[in-house]
Amino acid sequence: MSQIAKLVAQRLALGLLTLFIVSLIIFLCVEMLPGNFSEAILGQSATPETVAAFNRELGLDLPPHERYVTWLFNMLQGDFGRSLASKRELSELLGYRLENTLFLAAVAAVIAVPLAVSLGVLAALYRESFYDRAVNVVTLSSISFPEFFVAYILILVLAQNMGVFPAISNISDELGFWEKVYRTALPALTLTLVCVAHMMRMTRAAIINLLASPYIEMARLKGLRPTRIILKHALPNALAPIINVVVLNLAYLVVGVVLVEVVFVYPGLGQLFVDSVRSRDIPVVQACSLIFAMTYVLLNLLADVLSIMSNPRLLHPR
Amino acid sequence: MTMPLTGNTFGGQASPWFSRIAVAAVHFFLLVLFLQNVAADFWSAIPGFIFIHAYSIVVLAYWSSLDRTAAGDTVIVTLTLEFVLIALLFWDRFSAWPWSTLFGLALVQFCAFAAVRYWKDLRQAPRSAWFGLIVILVYVMVAATAPIIAPFSETEIVGSEYDVWSNKNLLGTDNLGRDMFTRLIYGGRNTVGIAFITTLLAFVVGGLAGILAAAMRGWVDQVLGRLVDILMAIPSFILARLILTIVGTSVPSLILVIALLDATRVFRLARAVSMNVVVLEFVEAASLRGEGLWWLIKSEILPNILPPLVAEFGLRFCFVFLFLSGLSFLGLGIQPPTADWGSMVRDNATLITYGDITPLLPAGAIALLTIGVNFVVDWFLHKASGLKD
Repeated sequence: MSQIAKLVAQRLALGLLTLFIVSLIIFLCVEMLPGNFSEAILGQSATPETVAAFNRELGLDLPPHERYVTWLFNMLQGDFGRSLASKRELSELLGYRLENTLFLAAVAAVIAVPLAVSLGVLAALYRESFYDRAVNVVTLSSISFPEFFVAYILILVLAQNMGVFPAISNISDELGFWEKVYRTALPALTLTLVCVAHMMRMTRAAIINLLASPYIEMARLKGLRPTRIILKHALPNALAPIINVVVLNLAYLVVGVVLVEVVFVYPGLGQLFVDSVRSRDIPVVQACSLIFAMTYVLLNLLADVLSIMSNPRLLHPR
Repeated sequence: MTMPLTGNTFGGQASPWFSRIAVAAVHFFLLVLFLQNVAADFWSAIPGFIFIHAYSIVVLAYWSSLDRTAAGDTVIVTLTLEFVLIALLFWDRFSAWPWSTLFGLALVQFCAFAAVRYWKDLRQAPRSAWFGLIVILVYVMVAATAPIIAPFSETEIVGSEYDVWSNKNLLGTDNLGRDMFTRLIYGGRNTVGIAFITTLLAFVVGGLAGILAAAMRGWVDQVLGRLVDILMAIPSFILARLILTIVGTSVPSLILVIALLDATRVFRLARAVSMNVVVLEFVEAASLRGEGLWWLIKSEILPNILPPLVAEFGLRFCFVFLFLSGLSFLGLGIQPPTADWGSMVRDNATLITYGDITPLLPAGAIALLTIGVNFVVDWFLHKASGLKD
């Protein structure tokens, strides 16, 4: 077990380092912003004295490295500063938005992951058949679609023509759980369609990769049924790449929701991000980028750790 | 044209000159008829246009199986004359965009020439690859000759807002009353062009850095590798938007930022595949006989890693293309009034709630091209890997 602990610790340290560098990059990006922060807020008519006073109040007169450290520590304590546009405390706004985004991602994941894995297993089982080829063409096409295309087609078909789901998913806390699920159905379906293809193809490839190995041949020669061979013999060994791709797609679900949220006017983090980019609300952009980057890095890290953990050679050292 | 002339049924001689002239004459006769028709009604002429060229393509295809050089020569002569004719007839549109139109026409000629040159390979391509190739060809042609095909100018307001489909405005008008069909054509030119340049830049930078890292090893490899690791740790969509918010969304900065982010992926691939080549004996032999680094890259490594890189180019192009239209959709990509497929979807999205599919057309155009490129890449990978059906 010590080997695995060491590997995991190594990855964790690396992830922390990455997070640190990411925060540095985001800070530097904002530093390089042309124009003066306070002048932008106070307007053109501000006297140099007011600007200086405002700078002092915000701590902007300090050298960059000191400001970076303060910013980082504030972030760590959950203090994200204030939005320039609404003057609201960012932490509550972000918390609410992040919760919504995670809810959407979770609904999408609950549909997408089992669907993708079972479709992939079926494709591996009936490989080279009509079903396999059909799934192949469909997934190749659905990877090629821009997300907003899928989204609008779903709106057109399911919301406009058939009226099954609402076209705009305005959710709020007062709604019950199932009402919320109902309203997030279309964005979640869009995300599902976009990310199932990738997971399914990887599942199929991971299983088919193993089918040439001696123990599968052995199982086949014993006269086992193909279903049993795939499920009992191939699938457990293909788990590492499958888990990896599933977790990476979860990262995509959280980070890649931006477009979908904009289409469906879903009150999530992505929508907030786009709005604040448009209004150049820098603290919000900064905080959102950091949260997205953090989720991405953490989930990547999780994928790494899980694929190490699911490797039997590392789990049971000789 | 280094292709040896084999399988010539004319007993080693080129096809008779009079048949070439006959085909060209028929082609131009039909073309003149068609162009006369254009003056009356632009749109009813399209079937005629397609027919004439389909006819010429069939004849050329027959020839190229007999005599490649003659077919190639004929393509050049025919197309050049055709261009002159088009330029004269559409003089007002041509003179508005002389250089881009000339460049576009040259591009069309190049495509036709390449098709004749590689006809043998093309004939063996599977149906899906053919579909992809035709889609790409149509897009290239439309994008290249946009000023000639488009009935209006890109930013011209020609009617009221959200007009329905009619003879005058083939696909209706957009949210500002500009012709949708025209914008669709110009949007293709802008989006595809910028995505192509971006991918090319990403490949030059990323590919070169990757090969250098593999060939030089040591600290170069370490520094470049860590730099790429960091850039890849941040989700590219987020980083791109963050940087674009800061530097502003002009076309050059758009190209540079996306190219830089994509170069990291190309770097990974280029480094991985050239690592496999660098350790082989022939590279060692070349470096032992004193060849320089550039020579090694150019003549030993690059030819051996080209197939995966070309396939990756196709996939990267799709990715950049989708990325770019995603950014435009969010209002961070190509800026108005320049037409662009992503922003066209967003600007006209309201129509969808009334059951009108017009705003879906640019999105569909994006999807179609991406599918086409994917199919061609699939075929190319299959061919390059040497697999037999």
